[in-house]
Amino acid sequence: MISNGTTIRIKDTSPPGHIRTPKYIRGKTGVIERCVGVFENPEQLAYSLNANSYSLYRVRFKMTELWTDYEKNSNDTLDAEVFEHWIEES
Amino acid sequence: MPHDHPNHDHDHDHLSPSGHPYRQDNDEPLTYWQLMEISVRELMIEKGKFSAPEINQQIDLMDSRSPADGAAVVARAWIDPDFKQRLLKNGASAAEEMGFEIGPMHLVVVENTLNSHNLVVCTLCSCYPRNLLGLPPDWYKTKEYRSRAVKEPRAVLTEFGVSLPESTVVRVHDSTADMRYLVLPLRPESTAEMSEVELRKLVSRDSMIGTGVIQET
Repeated sequence: MISNGTTIRIKDTSPPGHIRTPKYIRGKTGVIERCVGVFENPEQLAYSLNANSYSLYRVRFKMTELWTDYEKNSNDTLDAEVFEHWIEES
Repeated sequence: MPHDHPNHDHDHDHLSPSGHPYRQDNDEPLTYWQLMEISVRELMIEKGKFSAPEINQQIDLMDSRSPADGAAVVARAWIDPDFKQRLLKNGASAAEEMGFEIGPMHLVVVENTLNSHNLVVCTLCSCYPRNLLGLPPDWYKTKEYRSRAVKEPRAVLTEFGVSLPESTVVRVHDSTADMRYLVLPLRPESTAEMSEVELRKLVSRDSMIGTGVIQET
């Protein structure tokens, strides 16, 4: 389990299929806000496959990390839920 | 986005005496997805998975939920600091204390403060805390709201009539997986003397999505 406050990166890949890691956070660096539990992998559930269970994290990104044209010096943030197999060390 | 049936062309020149357009008869052929829904439903009933009355009961239950439920939770959190702490720690179990079943989804309650404002969106589909707010408004499901809320939330908020000082941090929450989000709006200072029942009436749907705030009375 990754502890709160750890800086991580979202994998920058584009596999085919039902993906619930939105494109705009892939390859971006964020901080673990909290782990919200263990859930079945929607990428497998979507095809009625036996699904692996993975930890699900709320990851907090600075808006300026996500969008180059976001107002500079802004402290605004975006939180998204990301499964552990999409998370890598920054 | 005032129309709840955006795929219909209708002729605004032909209005009923009440000033509304006549609704076209729905006698066009079924769409692919309508046919799919009816086929699956009939098969499931034939196989005894569930009955037609059970489907109607579920629809009635869905229709019975409304933002008044969420408002009751918010008002309780405003007057009961212990409840608020439990709500922020585990939204589902706190809501269940009040008799609201949250179902298999988890509820994350995010609190607005004098320095921060929360906004909820689901960029991938239309995830929404239906058990506490009922069905989402149509605009919540539009591509426009879903794409802009994560990219230019302050502009979106301004269009909803919410103007925030620059010093207020905007926190957007994208419901990408198993969490559902409810915003705990800021309680207006002028409501200090109000009862829980009076407070409930102040809490709007949009204030619990984050596209609204509750004005001082």
